[in-house]
Amino acid sequence: MSTPFYVSPQQAMADRAEYARKGIARGRSVVVLQYTDGIVFVAENPSRSLHKISEIYDRIAFAAVGKYNEFENLRIGGVRYADLRGFTYDRADVTGRGLANVYAQTLGTIFSSAAEKPYEVELIVAEVGAAPEDDQIYRLPHDGSIVDEHGSLAVGGNSDQINSYLEQRHRDDMTLAEAVKLGKESLARDNNGGEREVTADQLEVALLDRTRVQQRKFKRVLGTQLQRLLGEDESTGGSSSSSSSGGDDTEESSEGGSEE
Amino acid sequence: MEANTRDTGRLPAAFLTPGSSSFMDFLSEHAPAVLPGSRPLPAVEGAVQAPHGTTIVAATYSGGVVLAGDRRATMGNVIAQRDIEKVFPADEYSAVGIAGTAGLAVEMVKLFQLELEHFEKVEGSTLSLEGKANRLSTMIRSNLGMALQGLAVVPVFAGYDVQHEKGRIFSYDVTGGRSEEVGFTAVGSGSVFARGSLKKLHRSDLTEEQVCTVALQALYDAADDDSATGGPDMTRKIYPTLTVISDEGCRKLSEEEVSALVRTMHEGRLQHPNGPQAPLT
Repeated sequence: MSTPFYVSPQQAMADRAEYARKGIARGRSVVVLQYTDGIVFVAENPSRSLHKISEIYDRIAFAAVGKYNEFENLRIGGVRYADLRGFTYDRADVTGRGLANVYAQTLGTIFSSAAEKPYEVELIVAEVGAAPEDDQIYRLPHDGSIVDEHGSLAVGGNSDQINSYLEQRHRDDMTLAEAVKLGKESLARDNNGGEREVTADQLEVALLDRTRVQQRKFKRVLGTQLQRLLGEDESTGGSSSSSSSGGDDTEESSEGGSEE
Repeated sequence: MEANTRDTGRLPAAFLTPGSSSFMDFLSEHAPAVLPGSRPLPAVEGAVQAPHGTTIVAATYSGGVVLAGDRRATMGNVIAQRDIEKVFPADEYSAVGIAGTAGLAVEMVKLFQLELEHFEKVEGSTLSLEGKANRLSTMIRSNLGMALQGLAVVPVFAGYDVQHEKGRIFSYDVTGGRSEEVGFTAVGSGSVFARGSLKKLHRSDLTEEQVCTVALQALYDAADDDSATGGPDMTRKIYPTLTVISDEGCRKLSEEEVSALVRTMHEGRLQHPNGPQAPLT
């Protein structure tokens, strides 16, 4: 009945962006860190089965925050894209950059189309290379822009605090155990600069490990292995931190070797 | 067909439509021309000449199952390839060996591997061994048109069943009919001879090394009597492939491991050309 008010394009876009950002900010964060042998993802996720981090293809993984049904849809689209491309050409022709571009186009079209509600998601597409300098990490915000990242980054609810925390502490030559611990500590930051308690069973951890023998480099870190990495094992808890963390590393590498 | 785009570069609607976890189902809706089974068949006179894979042997042992293949591909009476691979890992706990038209079989294996991997990625869990075996059935059935023109693909599927904790073997006919085999089986042109050999040598309590030797002996017997099956090529160092699947997953034996087993077997055959003898009673 009422006459629609004129809304300037700037205002319309700003409204849509604010809507999407608010949706994303409600969720818990995901952090991505490069370490010596690859890229590790750490997410706060109370669910065992609804994942925020997933495999897309041999060397490519996906992480997302925001609305589950929306990023799950994008994830499956990405798996279909990668599998079809690998089938029609070759497995080597599926690249993180290509996938990130397709996601950017998809998110961008949805964001600027008046007929659709903007997606309340922020994605990360990461590809592990043969050497650390070949690793690629792309961040894809809700509006379809695309940012090439290095080292470490966080997306989701509390990403500003977490990112500044990570920036000060992350090094490219971290071991896996150090990177996972840093990821966990960074997720424990809260809005007021304080700290919460985050335990291993609230975490979803996965990695792209370039040293894996298999063609598929993605691997979830679960249960006892995760606790060992975090140093939550009773035997290593306590006194000498340097020796216990050294013990973690050797244990981890021997386990990685024998496991497959 | 191109994987992406149309005009805008965004994922086509079909990619974002919730639906089946099967890659083949997705292809049949979005890009049916890519699927082997949906190609139009031209009328042909007589049999099409194309390289054929020959003999595959599968046998269970106490800890799992082994798949072994000779290396020869033939086209009529010509050896088309001396070092073809006919056994492929399908996923972590299963493998498929192929006999029949090599080109089609390799394509089928590629699609089958992708089907299992796709399901695993989308669902976050793996198919049961029965589920995988049934999926392969469907794929063979979709090739029936070509099979009737002489381009048949006959695989054998073997895997470690993590639920029942044992190795299992499934064989197929050209129409996709599936049957589970107890202990051992063989497919391909040399299979009759290989099966006879396996029947005399195979026991259920073999170790991994013993079952590998049994498989090699069976392939040797097949090559002995079937001209299309290749024996171990000692001069060129081309040996049969051995793939062992146990609770630790799928492992292809290295060339050194296979050559050691082959050389031991060869020594024995120099003394007894017909190979080991089973007791009379």
